[in-house]
Amino acid sequence: MTVVSRFRPRRGRNVELLLVIAATAIVLLAYVNVGVATHGEVPSSLLVLGGGFLGLALAFHLVLRWKASYADPIILPIATLLNGLGLVMIHRLDIAQGRSIGDGMALRQLMWSGLSVALAIAAILVMRDHRVLRRYTFTAGLVGFLLLLLPLMPLIGTDKYGSRIWISLGPFSFQPGEIAKIVLAVFFAGYFVQARDALSVAGRRVLGLTLPRGRDLGPILVAWVLSVGVLVLERDLGSSLLFFGLFVALLYIATERTSWIVIGLGLFAAGAYAAYLMFSHVQVRVLLWLDTFSPEALAKSDQLAKGLMGMAAGGMVGTGLGRGRPDLTYFAESDFIVPSFGEELGMAGLFAILLLYVLLVERGLRTAIGARDGFGKLLAAGLAFSVALQCFVVVGGVTRVIPLTGLTMPFLSQGGSSLLANWVIVALLLRISDHARRPLPDPGRPSPIGDARTEVVRL
Amino acid sequence: MSELTLTLLRLGLLVALWFFVFAVVGVLRGDLYGTRVTARTVRRKESSGPIPGAAAPAPTPPPVARGGIFGGRRSSGPRKIVVTEGPLAGTSLPLRSTGTLIGRSPECALVLDDDYASGRHARIHEVDGAWLVEDLGSTNGTFVDNRRITSPTPLQIGTALRIGRTVVELQR
Repeated sequence: MTVVSRFRPRRGRNVELLLVIAATAIVLLAYVNVGVATHGEVPSSLLVLGGGFLGLALAFHLVLRWKASYADPIILPIATLLNGLGLVMIHRLDIAQGRSIGDGMALRQLMWSGLSVALAIAAILVMRDHRVLRRYTFTAGLVGFLLLLLPLMPLIGTDKYGSRIWISLGPFSFQPGEIAKIVLAVFFAGYFVQARDALSVAGRRVLGLTLPRGRDLGPILVAWVLSVGVLVLERDLGSSLLFFGLFVALLYIATERTSWIVIGLGLFAAGAYAAYLMFSHVQVRVLLWLDTFSPEALAKSDQLAKGLMGMAAGGMVGTGLGRGRPDLTYFAESDFIVPSFGEELGMAGLFAILLLYVLLVERGLRTAIGARDGFGKLLAAGLAFSVALQCFVVVGGVTRVIPLTGLTMPFLSQGGSSLLANWVIVALLLRISDHARRPLPDPGRPSPIGDARTEVVRL
Repeated sequence: MSELTLTLLRLGLLVALWFFVFAVVGVLRGDLYGTRVTARTVRRKESSGPIPGAAAPAPTPPPVARGGIFGGRRSSGPRKIVVTEGPLAGTSLPLRSTGTLIGRSPECALVLDDDYASGRHARIHEVDGAWLVEDLGSTNGTFVDNRRITSPTPLQIGTALRIGRTVVELQR
């Protein structure tokens, strides 16, 4: 016999304020460090940039106080710190490549940060309850797949660096896959809340695994065909892995059946192997992965090798910001920003950054556990998992755990679409966590929302 | 600036990063929310050990001291709910004027392990100094003095309130 009682959670808004200020202080310390190391003086723009950055973070914080006062107090400071560190590294690479602040990438990235934070604030203000998203389940699915296919359209889609995942509209280029990630997470969450019972119906047991019935395999086969289609047509292993992984993870969370993971991994391995046999660009990626320092691989690309040598040069505590040569690697500010940090902050700094991601993902999963409705659970878990998987694909790629693919590191990498998408993910997680942590109004009165949903989904 | 400043800056940055990580972990430790599960098995064994069935003394004494400090303002009114029959016999919990929910749902204040009780079975709350019990649409009904109640019914101290196989009463 046990008694279950509710904790009344602390709101933690003051803790959040302190952590946001600490995060800004660390970012400014890093900025000063870059200035001192490269120009020998504290940068004159410190107060303006620092004030602007702090203003953005504080604006978000105040909106949370006002509109989502029970939201998780950890998520915003971590996102602020990661975004700021990314800005500092991009600024540092600007200096190394001789670009001034005016036409450098850091200023563009700062403007994108402002835009992303504004969009996230707007999302918090407009969306008072995450469950309205469930109404648009199938619309989201359609939009998501259209976004995925957009780069294949003849006029706007552009081929960049061997992948076709970009669209160009005039001067702007955008990766629709980043937004598709969120939209598809909404679709999968909404779909699985409806379909989980059918998908977890008992089937035959083979070797200790309960296999689903043949007709229930339909959705996973559709997702597999689509993700392989992305892999083949857009030549982008990373996005393909991300979408299929998101799908399989949500399927597993919704049904609690290990067999889906086995089936999903098996299907992905088969698809990837077939792609390896059929397409030369996949073979090049695998060659670079398995035999990075061989003459054949170096003749194709020495990017991965340079990144590894950079991290090796950094050692345990790094060369210090502004004192390494991360700019020798191509795309040191986007795909290879992790080796850039590894070189200049060393293993100690890189692991602190990776731990920040771990904590961010943990808060997302904790929100999923605390959420009282099935849709919120699946959506929070899916968003958190997509961040985790993306980090795995990026860090695994640059450290030769898996073949290198062209995904961006959330918040750190240079790139507007990625930043925008990740701040929207933060806004969604904050909204769901506000809902999850907010105590039920009156324990005596039956509340239609809180009570009815709790028993529906057991996670 | 000197090399020393630079070294201090770069090591200070690493220290600050790790400090931030540990600060966040520290916040997480204090940031529990959700539900707390307390096992009650041990206490039940103690109370049902000597005289099973009889109204055993409450395992946790009521907060007498607190009542004393606030004066005997409500000394005449009931202060706790005691289970006198059923699987939970001997359990007591303090009355709250905002309402005490009884049922099988884990959110209830008194969680019954009783197949004949509903998830949210009944609620006891205070209106103008009187304690009322209200049936929340239960399947098997709530009985006061062996009569099934249909509307909020006042409860006196010692009145038997039956929910499924469980009987509770209000006590001082």
